[in-house]
Amino acid sequence: MQHLSIFPILIPLLFGAIMLLPPISRELQSQRISAIIGTLFLLISSATLLITVDQEGTQLYALGGWQAPFGIALVADRVSSLLVLLTSFIAFAIMLFAISGKDKGGAYFHPLFMFQVMGINGAFLTGDIFNLFVFFEVLLIASYALLLHAGGKQKTQSAMHYVLLNLVGSSLFLFGLGILYGTLGTLNMADMAIKIGQLEGETTTIAKTGALLLLIVFGLKAAMLPMHFWLPRTYASASAPVAALFSIMTKVGIYSIFRVYTVIFGDEAGELANIAQNWLWPLALLTIAAGSIGAFASPNLKTLNANLVIVSSGSLLVCAALNSEGATSAALYYMVHSTLASAGLFLLADIIARQRGKAEDRIVHSRPFSQPRLIGFAFALSAMTLIGMPPLSGFVGKIMILQATQSMAQTLWIWPLIIISSLAALIALSRAGTTFFWRHNGSPSTDDIAAKPTEIAGIALLILASPLLVLFGGELSEFTQQAANHLHSIQSSAYSLLPGVTP
Amino acid sequence: MEGIYAFCVGLLTACGIFLTLRGRSFSVVIGLTLLSYAVNLFLFASGRLKLNAAAVLGQSEQYSDPLPQALVLTAIVIGFAMTAFAVILAMRARADLGNDHVDGTLPSNNEDSQRSGGQH
Repeated sequence: MQHLSIFPILIPLLFGAIMLLPPISRELQSQRISAIIGTLFLLISSATLLITVDQEGTQLYALGGWQAPFGIALVADRVSSLLVLLTSFIAFAIMLFAISGKDKGGAYFHPLFMFQVMGINGAFLTGDIFNLFVFFEVLLIASYALLLHAGGKQKTQSAMHYVLLNLVGSSLFLFGLGILYGTLGTLNMADMAIKIGQLEGETTTIAKTGALLLLIVFGLKAAMLPMHFWLPRTYASASAPVAALFSIMTKVGIYSIFRVYTVIFGDEAGELANIAQNWLWPLALLTIAAGSIGAFASPNLKTLNANLVIVSSGSLLVCAALNSEGATSAALYYMVHSTLASAGLFLLADIIARQRGKAEDRIVHSRPFSQPRLIGFAFALSAMTLIGMPPLSGFVGKIMILQATQSMAQTLWIWPLIIISSLAALIALSRAGTTFFWRHNGSPSTDDIAAKPTEIAGIALLILASPLLVLFGGELSEFTQQAANHLHSIQSSAYSLLPGVTP
Repeated sequence: MEGIYAFCVGLLTACGIFLTLRGRSFSVVIGLTLLSYAVNLFLFASGRLKLNAAAVLGQSEQYSDPLPQALVLTAIVIGFAMTAFAVILAMRARADLGNDHVDGTLPSNNEDSQRSGGQH
């Protein structure tokens, strides 16, 4: 179908808008039903898009019929359609979780959720770098409001940092874009990739400034080392469905780094070839270290999980620094795995916090759970996935990253760090698990706080995706390999997207 | 003309960065506003500065690039919405946390508490 690539943006936009109109906006129940229908439609259309892209190749959609590079183009290639499907999948699972009560804390939860999903999908699909900025702002403004959902002092405090940092980030983004437009005269990413190689003399230096400014912005979104301090507090204070949805937000930053520094400033960029990699190397490794130290120091499960998000960001940045097809393929697999696993643990942390009374999710002695078997099993499974224990997807993802190293120096830096960070996660999560499940005092709470069926379904979808990622690992890694191949070849990621331009 | 223009953008950016690094939410919001002014002027200049050149074909001998003007328009709209949100959030934080420091707590050393006057 011709318009398939724009559906992942239009469906959440339409459902979000419908939910703001009177017949549906008055009742929570009808909002919930339409949110589930909306995310289900989104899931189906994203899956269809992925299958179409896999069979027929990259789908180019010229908005308003304006041909690239003059108009804005949506580009659904293997990379973006995989991530759109991932977003739609976690959106559906999180919505299943949220409709059993977590959405009651404040007004407009469902429309904001839809608008944020729209922004994320748009950022993945767009082929124009200014449009990427616009979709960043769409997802950010929805995330500001969602972060404050259900209120509380802690939320206001962390939202203040998050909002101000991201506003500064947006200004830097625009400065970077202005510089790149001034030197290249185009904003279409494919066109930029072709024109960047033709720059000469002083303009090269100016373009380099713009490119590195963009790295700061994407680094802020992806929680790269000096810009990661906002993340643990923000994610830990957000309500469970919001934190789970945020677990894909760092991946938007990582995706942009891959898109911009592999396609535009990649091997073919002349003097500016691979400018980001020198910076990414130390920062990525330090990010992993900082995340692991944070994991040890975390007083509660949500902060612990947020620090593990930083570790996974660091591992993905290592792949970006490696800058090879194998590394990009590993990064895509790991991105799918870590998003699902951390979203699952954020939702589970909410159930754990609810059943432990005043102790919430702090790692201290407290009353036993009223559903110890169910929660214990889910916690063990999701912890094993996050750590990277053998039968589950984290193991496969980490092995793929380790295999992607090529030289001796790379191996010597990356292997110990990735393995030690897994050990750190193992220690931190087992400390949390033993305290939660084996060290009790008192009796279980008698209040009706058992996990509801839709909550269990939402968490199960996210956690059980991990064994499926291993079972279908062959197909998936073949797909990510092709996607990486597409991203690294300027022929397919730039020339083929511009009608009438040949090398 | 380029010199004055560049100086203005630079001055706005410098003031914006200085104010953004302050501790009180009001000056931070003003700083963000100045930064967004600077960025709007900067984006406008990315299409090169020309005199007597309309952004319409056939109206004058030279014509200027219309795209940066469209970009500035988008950036203004987004910047305005974001500033409005930041102002509301700052007021909410003042109400929830009892002070207007961006960290939510006032620094505890003497000098600062004297400066903050009777807010305790």
